[in-house]
Amino acid sequence: MRTDTADIERPAKTPAFQQLSPGRKAKNHIATTLFALAFVVAVIPLLWVLFTLVRRGLSPMLNADWWTHSFYGLLPNDFGGGIYHALVGTLEQTFVCALISVPLGVSVGIFLIEYGRNSRLARTTTFMVDILSGLPSIVAGLFIYALWITTFGLDRSGFAVSLSLVLLMLPVVVRVTETMLMIVPDELREASYALGVPKWKTIVKVVLPTSLSGILTGIILGLARVMGETAPLLILVGYSRAINFNLFDGPMASLPLTVYTARKTSTEAGEYRMWGAALTLVLLIMLINLIATLLSKLFAVKTK
Amino acid sequence: MSESRNSERRPDPPGEVGDAPVNTTEAPVLEAPVTPPNTPTDKKVVRIGDRIFRSLATGSGVFVVTIIAAIGLFLLIRAIPALQANEANFLLSGKWETGDPDDLAFGIVDLAWITVASSIFALVLAMPVAGGIALFLTQYAPRVLARPFGYIVDLLAAVPSVIYGLWGALVLAPVIKPVAVWLNTNLGWIPVFGDGNVPADSGSNVFTAGIVLAVMILPIITGVAREVFARTPNAQIEGALALGATKWEVVRTTVWPFGRSGFVGGSMLGLGRALGETVALTVILSYTYEGPHYSIFDAGATFASRIALGSAEFNNNLTVGAYIAAGLVLFISTFAVNALARWIESSSGKGKE
Repeated sequence: MRTDTADIERPAKTPAFQQLSPGRKAKNHIATTLFALAFVVAVIPLLWVLFTLVRRGLSPMLNADWWTHSFYGLLPNDFGGGIYHALVGTLEQTFVCALISVPLGVSVGIFLIEYGRNSRLARTTTFMVDILSGLPSIVAGLFIYALWITTFGLDRSGFAVSLSLVLLMLPVVVRVTETMLMIVPDELREASYALGVPKWKTIVKVVLPTSLSGILTGIILGLARVMGETAPLLILVGYSRAINFNLFDGPMASLPLTVYTARKTSTEAGEYRMWGAALTLVLLIMLINLIATLLSKLFAVKTK
Repeated sequence: MSESRNSERRPDPPGEVGDAPVNTTEAPVLEAPVTPPNTPTDKKVVRIGDRIFRSLATGSGVFVVTIIAAIGLFLLIRAIPALQANEANFLLSGKWETGDPDDLAFGIVDLAWITVASSIFALVLAMPVAGGIALFLTQYAPRVLARPFGYIVDLLAAVPSVIYGLWGALVLAPVIKPVAVWLNTNLGWIPVFGDGNVPADSGSNVFTAGIVLAVMILPIITGVAREVFARTPNAQIEGALALGATKWEVVRTTVWPFGRSGFVGGSMLGLGRALGETVALTVILSYTYEGPHYSIFDAGATFASRIALGSAEFNNNLTVGAYIAAGLVLFISTFAVNALARWIESSSGKGKE
């Protein structure tokens, strides 16, 4: 009897998974290290780029003239001058781009979620938006060139740049509107319908305000992306070292174009201007990213 | 999740289906409506506002579809006259002489080589790193850190390409020069590492360009891969853990098979981006008139950088047409790559959940 109880209490054999074999353990460690290393590998170029920019671009920026003057009349060896002309160009071009692409993109988003759900047209549109988001920026520029300059016979201008930026911005706006409208709870719509509110008023007064902050954040992030585009600028507008407020006439500078053009002045002063403009551009983009992050934190979409 | 919810049960707004006239207020409760509210006999209410709004929204949807069609059409129309005037074979020639509109000779074979070589090299470098980051962020990193870490990787996408170009040409190229020379001297017997049309130590070659492109497409691939890896069903992960799998075995047996096709789709998206990248490559690659030696130490121009370089001679329709022809080839190839990417991505994960 006594031995039997002991037999029952004693496990038949030692548990199978008490310890891992050294081989499996080693593989696990190697994998963990490699994956963490991959992340480090990605951080290195980011820090390296930012460090280079700050080290080389900070000194021109600390000059008071940097924010209030242009490069007008500077000789290749002259230091000094400022980025004001490019700042004006970048802000104007991006603003007009937003003015066109935001209403258009938001209404495409509304169509996809509120009206055309699962219809053939909606599926085609979604596919085309996907294609548009993969459109190389130089092709967007070429298309606007073929349309605006070759076909309509108009001149190169800042506005043509804005039009090409619209093509690049549109998919961003559509995508974010779609996502944000999707997470608006149906109960809100039902409540509105139950009160006899027509569909369009429900969208304008209930659905859009609920998702507004999310859409806004996405739009601002899209703007930041579009701001750094250089390729369409090269073919759609001439570079000017003077200040030009007119989007429809004459060459117009912008930050990316200034960086690209200043590279060709292979003097010390030229490099100084180039890195200054580059750091200004990145700071502007970071600032806008920061604003977007704050906005989304402040007005997070209220779902149930 | 939200998709299935939304597509099934969607309330009908009053204006669309028609409101039943509800006059029950004066009738005694017991005689409450005998006919159900939404009978077909009810008059359909159509509101002007609804009609306008619906057509506006639908119209903008149609507009987007038209834009893509217009891009293809316009590029084609503008390219045809130049292609007819072309004295070289467009597909097989490596020439690019477009300055004189009466004597056009251009072909894409060299452009295609530089484009494909730099993009594929970038993809080879970026894919394993992006996969590693995505696995690290979704499976290994602590919850609290995963978000800020992901944000850091996304920041890579916020840096404009012209700045990557400057960094690549002026900062990175001198640093990696020894690596390029070492590869060229020691592994030169492998064709792709052989001598290019510029010296291996010049830095302004496909080798540098590919590394910079890899950095640029890293956030794109990582973003897609993170999304699919995070969707791995928990039951599978827990099942593997319950069987005594180590973390690596969990990843190998559940997360990776589940997310593999999504990861490949994301990589294709990255490839599409790399094919069309313009300014970074314009800045990094030096332009030579010598044809490529089919090595990663070649210099030259990609489709996109050739167009950007040529912007100075955009002064007559035929010359522009030649560049537009190159742009059309680029458009078609990115269209195909992107469509393939979306197809792979959308067919992944389905039926496995």
